[in-house]
Amino acid sequence: MIKVEGLTKRYDRFEAVHGIDFEVEKGQIVGFLGPNGAGKTTTMRILTCFMPPTEGKASVAGFDVMTQSMEVKKRIGYLPETPPLYPEMEVEEYLTFVGRLKGMPAAEIPSRVKQVSERCAVADVSKKLISKLSKGYRQRVGLAQALLHNPDVLVLDEPTAGLDPKQIHETRDLIRSLGGEHTIILSTHILPEVEQTCEYVVIISKGKLVAKDSVANLTSRLRGQETVSVEIEGRVDAGAVKERLEKVDGVSRVTAKEERGGGLVVEVESVAGRNVRTEVARAVVNAGWGLHELKTASVSLEEIFLELTAPEQGDDKGKKK
Amino acid sequence: MRNIWTICRKELKSYFASPIAYLMMAMFAIIFGFFFWNIVGYFVAAGLQAQMMGRPMPMDINEMIVRPMLMNFSVVGLFLIPMITMRLFAEEKRQGTIELLLTSPVRDWDVILGKWLAALMLYGMTLAICCLNFGFLFLHGNPDWKPLAIGLAGLMLQAGALLAVGTFISTLTKNQIIAGGVTFAVCLLLWVFEWVGGYETAAWARTMAYLSVVAHFEPFSKGVVDTKDAIYFVSLTYFGLFMAARSLETLRWRA
Repeated sequence: MIKVEGLTKRYDRFEAVHGIDFEVEKGQIVGFLGPNGAGKTTTMRILTCFMPPTEGKASVAGFDVMTQSMEVKKRIGYLPETPPLYPEMEVEEYLTFVGRLKGMPAAEIPSRVKQVSERCAVADVSKKLISKLSKGYRQRVGLAQALLHNPDVLVLDEPTAGLDPKQIHETRDLIRSLGGEHTIILSTHILPEVEQTCEYVVIISKGKLVAKDSVANLTSRLRGQETVSVEIEGRVDAGAVKERLEKVDGVSRVTAKEERGGGLVVEVESVAGRNVRTEVARAVVNAGWGLHELKTASVSLEEIFLELTAPEQGDDKGKKK
Repeated sequence: MRNIWTICRKELKSYFASPIAYLMMAMFAIIFGFFFWNIVGYFVAAGLQAQMMGRPMPMDINEMIVRPMLMNFSVVGLFLIPMITMRLFAEEKRQGTIELLLTSPVRDWDVILGKWLAALMLYGMTLAICCLNFGFLFLHGNPDWKPLAIGLAGLMLQAGALLAVGTFISTLTKNQIIAGGVTFAVCLLLWVFEWVGGYETAAWARTMAYLSVVAHFEPFSKGVVDTKDAIYFVSLTYFGLFMAARSLETLRWRA
């Protein structure tokens, strides 16, 4: 649905985006991740035909953003970083204007405005002036605007910025529900957001592509081995526990983490590709210790992200990819 | 066509959503009410004087009332132009709504023409309110309507040209005050360029004088249509709008 090849954007002095390639399949939700100033907005602006690339190609639904921009614009809904709202308009009036601007048939506009207002939870303010709305409402009116003409592709630049936790949750649900039917690219620098909403992630840093993969793959690719955290009840000798668990087949390392409330927490690392949870549990129980808790300490996207975007290291990984 | 109208309608609504449009119209209604009262007062006094002295002189309503009124509007209207155009693009840029316009399936020309048309309509409405004064002339006298119609058409042509220039200037900045200030300076210069023609006859002076808006409007105020003047206004309009379109395009490259 979206294809980006060697995309480069140079401003007067600096290069905002450097040779980025990625592809997005129809119906996918892609998280576009990077620190502030990484080139996310620039890439999105190129995809939405707001500005042309300096080099490289980008196409949406098979139409080139440079040469067939009209066709691309018809198929894209875009929510920029600051929602493009006219403060002097009422919500319903604004959405009607956007409908006309997007070239929707006049007869369809009123019903579609109503439908989208309800979906984005702004129906209760449809007669209010936009200038009187709170930040959360404005953001959602912006989202409604992007959805209005039922575009194939949605480009959302930080859709949850400025929302309160409850609204963030609702917006993420909404975005998730839009996947499948629409192809969605959303940018963010909030990692849990990507983990929760996206299937696929593209990470850029300083204008360069650092990683592109599914969220699940990326997590497992960076940490082949699994880490299990084990909490043992009662007074036990850390040394003994260590010695006992290291003997379990497939365990590569055991570290005593902390003692708390008369219990002991150890972290057990396994050899790549081995699941040692059952064996560890059995060993603990057989030794007569009370197994209080056993859980996989999953590697968060946050750690991966920090690892990938760390100065020199990040660049290396980007090249390897 | 539909896109142009969509933009135009939105612009007109924006003008009337704030007090700007009402304030402008009220100001001009007061100013031109005063002008009219003053000019008619002079006309009446001149008429009485002529009668008392026993040598009736020709009293032409068109020449003595309509024409000076139109000339006044042509000049005082120069203040109106920047007030109307300064927000057209500067505000969209500041608010970020320009991103909506430029990523919607409308051509840059649709946006520019829609905005320019809305500006022209607002100017026309202000002019219409000021023209209510002429109603008294038709009520109590019999002025010739043709020179008046031609004069009004000339004012609209002049406004179209200057509004196009103002539209272009508004695309250059995010700051409305800058857009308004520069537009006013350009309008004023386009007016006073005529002065050079008064003492200098070299080619550059004649070119400068030719560029003057007022020189091209004056024949209209007398009810004379010269194609040369009409062409001047139409080409200045096209130049302004064309520059605005190019400016929007470079905005994409620079943004």
